[in-house]
Amino acid sequence: MTEQQVWDALDEIPDPEIPVISLVDLGVIRSVDVSRDQVRVEFTPTFLGCPALEVMRDAMAERISALGAEPEIQVVSDDSWSTDRITSKGREKLRASGFAPPAPREVGGPKLVQLQSNAFRCPYCGSQDTTLENIFGPTPCRSVRYCRSCRQPFEQFKTI
Amino acid sequence: MRDQVQKILEMADDELILGWRNSEWTGIAPLLEEDVAFSSIAQNEIGHARALYELAGRELGATADELAFDRQPEEYRCSRLVELRLVPDWAATIARHYLYEQADEERIAAFKQSDDPELAGLAAKIDREEAYHRMHAQMWFERLGDEPRLAAALEELRPLLEARGEHTPGFAGLWEEMTSVRRSLAGATW
Repeated sequence: MTEQQVWDALDEIPDPEIPVISLVDLGVIRSVDVSRDQVRVEFTPTFLGCPALEVMRDAMAERISALGAEPEIQVVSDDSWSTDRITSKGREKLRASGFAPPAPREVGGPKLVQLQSNAFRCPYCGSQDTTLENIFGPTPCRSVRYCRSCRQPFEQFKTI
Repeated sequence: MRDQVQKILEMADDELILGWRNSEWTGIAPLLEEDVAFSSIAQNEIGHARALYELAGRELGATADELAFDRQPEEYRCSRLVELRLVPDWAATIARHYLYEQADEERIAAFKQSDDPELAGLAAKIDREEAYHRMHAQMWFERLGDEPRLAAALEELRPLLEARGEHTPGFAGLWEEMTSVRRSLAGATW
């Protein structure tokens, strides 16, 4: 078994909460190591309180077992995952499904004045005439914004 | 090492208890947005508590659930500030949120400098999530501005921030509620 085969298999696992993108697109898989019948995956959680983490871990173990290998999923709880790790393919899929992809992370992280600015683009009509409705949203990873141009609320991925 | 574990437990207990108290706004916050916000913040805080208990638990030979729910009330090291049941007082809730997030930022910054790479890494991750809690607290602090009820609540609550050891009278009830399921089903695995 090659590492590429494992990456391809993991790329078929949808994110449990936003199934339009895969775990590989989400950037939560830090490394894959294959040695004989064993596959070791380093996995970085998105948000620590995200209930989808166990689902992701189990789905990866199941997929690797199906390839005929012994899975070992190592959870790495440090800040090595950032929304900057979401792939460009993943970003495009998010946008096409009505989720505004996260803005690039700047040094020092996001600031309130930035969230309250009009730097965010509506995923439906592309207008930047959007306002912050709520820093928090339906899951920890999303905020809610409103587009004044097409009068639609939309979900904005938080920059982490 | 022992000192460090105690510091981790202090933060884990703060995050767990504050998570419980924040979740009491679910369904009844003054605005729908705040229902969502406080529920989400509570979810994050409890997620941080779990990760911190797991880290401390490796030193102490206990699981996160055992540390969170199987200790006696007097063993919890949380601050008196987080123990208070503040529903339905919105001004006091915002005052606590603001005071807590400020103090938590300093504690996280210190943990990020730790020699222990696991603690430093976890603190850096928690900090990225807490940045949104701080922005939310800042937004409400600015919105309420010079509202006298906010000023009064800040004055009343500030001394409780560093008060640890002796619990507030309401803590016993919270402990009963929080641990009742595990106590009633001893030995059950989830």
